[in-house]
Amino acid sequence: MSAYFVSDTNVLLGRSLRHITRSMDTIITTTLMPIAFLLLFVYVFGGAINTGSESYVSYLLPGILVITIASGISYTALRLFQDMQGGIFARFQSMPIARSAMLWSHVLTSLVANMVAVIVVVLVAFAIGFRSGAGVLAWLAVAGILLLLTLALTWIAVIPGLTAKSIDGASAFAYPLIFLPFISSAFVPTDTMPGPLAWFAENQPVTSIVNTLRNLLEQQPVGADIWIALAWCVGILVVAYAVAMAAYRKKTA
Amino acid sequence: MATSTTQAAIAVAGLEKSYKDVHVLRGVDFEVERGSIFALLGSNGAGKTTIVNILSTLLKHDGGAAAVNGFDVASAAGDVRESISLTGQFAAVDEILTGRENLVLVARLRHLPNPGEIADGLLERFSLTEAGGRRTSTYSGGMRRRLDIAMSLIGNPPVIFLDEPTTGLDPEARLEVWGAVKDLAGAGTTVMLTTQTLDEAEHLADRIAILHEGRIIVNGTLAELKALLPPAKVEYVEKQPTLEDVYFAIVGGGAGGAGKGAATNREELS
Ligand SMILES: Nc1ncnc2c1ncn2[C@@H]1O[C@H](COP(=O)(O)OP(=O)(O)OP(=O)(O)O)[C@@H](O)[C@H]1O
Ligand SMILES: [Mg+2]
Repeated sequence: MSAYFVSDTNVLLGRSLRHITRSMDTIITTTLMPIAFLLLFVYVFGGAINTGSESYVSYLLPGILVITIASGISYTALRLFQDMQGGIFARFQSMPIARSAMLWSHVLTSLVANMVAVIVVVLVAFAIGFRSGAGVLAWLAVAGILLLLTLALTWIAVIPGLTAKSIDGASAFAYPLIFLPFISSAFVPTDTMPGPLAWFAENQPVTSIVNTLRNLLEQQPVGADIWIALAWCVGILVVAYAVAMAAYRKKTA
Repeated sequence: MATSTTQAAIAVAGLEKSYKDVHVLRGVDFEVERGSIFALLGSNGAGKTTIVNILSTLLKHDGGAAAVNGFDVASAAGDVRESISLTGQFAAVDEILTGRENLVLVARLRHLPNPGEIADGLLERFSLTEAGGRRTSTYSGGMRRRLDIAMSLIGNPPVIFLDEPTTGLDPEARLEVWGAVKDLAGAGTTVMLTTQTLDEAEHLADRIAILHEGRIIVNGTLAELKALLPPAKVEYVEKQPTLEDVYFAIVGGGAGGAGKGAATNREELS
């Protein structure tokens, strides 16, 4: 039956992409909050924040992109939850469809939707003065890291999507993820924070990811940060995938 | 697919299932002959949906055995899925897609060569051609149910499960569904349906089983079930007992669930 994995996933991907194109509001609301943060920090707080870099927009953008993805993946949890509730999940489960095609179609949809949202936010940043002299390779590396991060966070989103008892529960998990960039190097350098907070900020995943993205875009050497960032992403991905698959097996048992 | 025609289409023996501390199925036994229509009756919460879900591989049982089209539901779930189609108790259609897109989706997932034609044929058959291009979120409950059933017919699986297929349908739509069910059985498909309306079982089913307190307490043809009523009672009511009478005579107690008609019939009986 796994002979059909690719074609089944493809058919189901077409279905959920159609869900997105028919409710573009989900992409718009995904980008609204990060764009609001971007404007708020650049025009309201930016003047008072000293990051040591030339342009605060450029300093800020990587963190804003992480927030974009963190808020975007909550739609995956929501869509999965709705499929479970509506009974369409049961219908697919009773059909001879490759077992995990259903989950992968939602995950791939999340990658597409989040990349669209990321592009929208980057365009807004350009409009308000973000510039980068980064070459094609650096941009590809940025895209690769963002995709990997989206993949890892989406598998986290699959867990509440499968197990939540209510629609609020299915989306509430995203709030801590959206909040995490605030206690990192995303908005201000960590060395201005008090001891324990600085330690947390230095060692949580967002800081290494944001630093890597920023260095790539500013044509600076990425140092060890890129390996720490990749390790975090792969680690989160592996753990979230395992937990999500276990929840999926339990649901279908 | 290796299936033998001598085997029953559905064979259930000693089936047990508990949800935490609720022991819902306590040894359910029945067989369904190929090409026949089998109706499972039972009050709310009797466990009808539980049985259907186990047979369609959505739920694992705790004890006993169940086979569909000759395949064990636990050890050959993939083959069972190739053999069945399920219309669950609550309509399972994609709200954001149109009716036609829903049908095409299922046809493509069943790897059929001409999804568009199949979709158009079914829209026509279930009087949905006009509504076919609209999103199903704009459908009435009955239209949604008809689409739901149409989706289950795609691919002509040998066994079809219908969990309360006509709940919420108007009389005309109900007749349409009954017609579809009879056509299916006529073409050799085995149909197992659950229902609350005894009338429906009377009209459709070759065999009727009543699920009560976790077991099948009667299983027979309509005539066999009617013969279970003591003859004296039959004279007293001066008419052929309906299946409803049989049901309440056997199940006893006001377990509820069969609606208003039940009370009056019971009065006639006692
Ligand atoms: N997931 C579940 N967790 C706990 N209990 C459940 C679960 N699903 C069903 N039950 C219980 O199992 C019993 C049988 O439920 P089931 O849905 O099979 O009944 P049914 O005969 O289909 O009823 P109805 O006619 O109302 O559809 C009920 O008491 C129900 O509360
Ligand atoms: Mg039920």
